Amino acid sequence: MKVQVKVFRGRDFNERRPEDYQIFEYTGDEKASVAQLLYELNSKERLVDIHGQTCEKITWECSCFVKKCGACAMRINGIPRLACSFFLYELKSPEITLEPLSKFPIVKDLTVDRSFIFESLKEISLWLEGNARMKPETHEYRYGSAKCLMCGCCLEVCPNFRVGGRFTGAVTPVNMYRILDEQEKNGHRKDMKRSYSKSYYEGCGKSLSCRDICPAGIPVDDLIARSNAAAVWGRG
Amino acid sequence: MRNEKEKILIIGSGLAGLSAALECALRSKECVLVSSAPAQRAQSVMAEGGINAALDTKGESDSPKEHFQDTMKAGCFLADGEAVRGMTEAAPGIVKSLKDMGVCFNLDKNGDPDLRNFGGQKKKRTAFAKSDTGKQIMTALTDEVRKYEASGMVTRLMNHSFETLTFTTPDRQICAGCLIRDDYTGEILSFKSSAVIIATGGMHGLFGNTTGSKLNTGEAAAELYRLGAEITNPEFIQYHPTTVSSGGKRMLISEAARGEGGRLFAMKETEKWYFMEEKYPELGNLMPRDITAREIWNVQKNFPVFLDMTHLPDDIMEKKLSGIVEDCITYLNLDLRKDPVPVEPGIHYFMGGLNADRQHMTNIQGLFAAGECCGLYHGANRLGGNSLLGAIYGGRVAGENACKYSEESTFASGSAHIYDDLPGKCVISDADRELLQRTLGKCMGVVRNEKELQAGLEIIRGLEGDLARLGEAMCSAALERRESRGAHFREDHPDIREEFCKNTVLRR
Ligand SMILES: Cc1cc2nc3c(=O)[nH]c(=O)nc-3n(C[C@H](O)[C@H](O)[C@H](O)COP(=O)(O)OP(=O)(O)OC[C@H]3O[C@@H](n4cnc5c(N)ncnc54)[C@H](O)[C@@H]3O)c2cc1C
Ligand code: SF4
Ligand code: SF4
Repeated sequence: MKVQVKVFRGRDFNERRPEDYQIFEYTGDEKASVAQLLYELNSKERLVDIHGQTCEKITWECSCFVKKCGACAMRINGIPRLACSFFLYELKSPEITLEPLSKFPIVKDLTVDRSFIFESLKEISLWLEGNARMKPETHEYRYGSAKCLMCGCCLEVCPNFRVGGRFTGAVTPVNMYRILDEQEKNGHRKDMKRSYSKSYYEGCGKSLSCRDICPAGIPVDDLIARSNAAAVWGRG
Repeated sequence: MRNEKEKILIIGSGLAGLSAALECALRSKECVLVSSAPAQRAQSVMAEGGINAALDTKGESDSPKEHFQDTMKAGCFLADGEAVRGMTEAAPGIVKSLKDMGVCFNLDKNGDPDLRNFGGQKKKRTAFAKSDTGKQIMTALTDEVRKYEASGMVTRLMNHSFETLTFTTPDRQICAGCLIRDDYTGEILSFKSSAVIIATGGMHGLFGNTTGSKLNTGEAAAELYRLGAEITNPEFIQYHPTTVSSGGKRMLISEAARGEGGRLFAMKETEKWYFMEEKYPELGNLMPRDITAREIWNVQKNFPVFLDMTHLPDDIMEKKLSGIVEDCITYLNLDLRKDPVPVEPGIHYFMGGLNADRQHMTNIQGLFAAGECCGLYHGANRLGGNSLLGAIYGGRVAGENACKYSEESTFASGSAHIYDDLPGKCVISDADRELLQRTLGKCMGVVRNEKELQAGLEIIRGLEGDLARLGEAMCSAALERRESRGAHFREDHPDIREEFCKNTVLRR
């Protein structure tokens, strides 16, 4: 299968210009993922675009290649996905556009700096004080909560999220759920609830754009509802 | 002079690095946790099967002693017995503390972590969290470390890589800290510390197409080897018998597939040849990993090998193997319920690595190593489920000893002159890396022989770069070990030999 691969290589995605893109031709198996495609393009001795111009290798992040680490999140034909789990046979036409997640500062090409996610989890005190209190009836949800890859796809689609803002997006309720559920009722739990309201609940417009985007298959909307119930409505 | 102020440096935030950071924090010692990516991206999140501990909750009268014996036997008695004893005795406590941290293990009816059978162990000893054991443990440990990040005990530097080690004297005997590269800006930062813990994972980058993470380039080990750190047992590499090529890497098809009745066959023209069942009528498809890998390796020289699960009942496919079915649909566009999957052995785990003593200190004073980058617990072969354990336990022991060492060290951060050896460093070119990977892939296969190893060694000697020197060490260790032991199989020396019952130790 032959595919035209359009890659964003500019500095500022939100002010993007046509000259920020380079186009490459890729010939390979239709079963190939975008990760494989990028890997193969970069493995060539010389990376040449469709105009015959030699180009620098494409910078992108990857680690596991099997949907377990969240490193390779990027916009694929405009939709945030993991490069390792989008396949060429899913394309409607033989063209593919690869762009960095637009909500985060660009480091280079498709690599963005997602430090804000990790900083915000520290801000909301996402940890347990003392031993976990494990309720069998919530096992599945806590398990789902712990599966979060911190890839940022749910933040990319969120109309209210921006790096540096007070609102920290769906990553917060997804991850907060297990801690709120496992934490004994002490001072730390109160602090967490307070910061949860400030950094998430008050800022969420409940558009649920984040509902079906999660590449890890986490039931994001369920966990939002559960975290809201526990932190704001005092249930659970 | 006691040195209370200095921070311990930890490189790598997989299970070993996180565990070391936690140990430092519990000892009220500050540390800097540096890693080339956030913990969420580390290979540790990929582990599926489980973690071993003799919890003895299955009425099989299991004990740490038996866990110890199984570990030593699998490693063909090369591992340090005292170190392994420490690890197997600590294991039940480690799994219990993970549960207290909130790890969602599958639980039995008494609320204890459920245990499953794993290869090479007769008793049920492997605790698991569905098929995400590594991820679930990593999340809990990351949450725990975050608490100390917020309190300032742990400083995190993500997207920063190890550049080189610094020394107190030009003869490179005593560690004085590290140079760290900010991967996003290219800036080089210098950190002083008498104690550095390396937890950078296995040497997967020597081969490229393993089941492991692309982050584990092996470059930190190569640089330390250049600076005089010893490498032990690099020839012992575990191949997983059933992997498939996917996305420029290898994807695992878990042993559970054969455990539930999957059959291996080779396609001889139009005829299916069930070679494992023919050769091993008793255990058939469930022979140990190294033997199965070897058989597949030999057969596939002539015929393609497949794993067939099409005959398995729907409910087994649904209840027990749904993860594998889903992965094959996602990654291979292949439905295991309808079609057999072509499989090949693939590189999975490195038993060898930086040489460390029981305190996890290397031959460079103040330099510690833990996790898959360190060859201490697994000897000539590793039991499935022992590497997560070894990473957590090893990180803890390294953390403890690094703290003690740092407090007693006379090296005063701030005053001493620092020697950094960056000038001699030689980074491999992309083309040479590719050739190195291809060459090692060829000569360090499941079945090895002198001719291929010699040919490989000659090519590698012609390559420049520190990574090539690490590859050279691996290749020459395999050449020198003229016997077959554990994961190392030489067709020209197929027997185990008493005179080789010792660890390989190499120094550049
Ligand atoms: C698919 C798969 C399944 C597995 N299943 C199991 C299982 O069921 N049970 C089991 O016990 N084991 C299993 N293993 C093995 C186990 O996952 C690893 O051995 C273990 O997780 C290693 O942990 P670690 O902390 O040593 O290293 P890793 O988790 O690999 O972490 C290495 C860290 O070092 C960092 N790093 C690397 N190089 C540098 C550098 N130069 N500078 C700075 N940072 C660097 C990385 O970013 C990362 O943070 C499996 C492995 C794979 C690949
Ligand atoms: S519901 Fe809307 S505003 Fe709230 S986190 Fe999801 S996408 Fe963002
Ligand atoms: S909830 Fe899903 S989409 Fe959002 S960061 Fe976690 S894994 Fe990614």
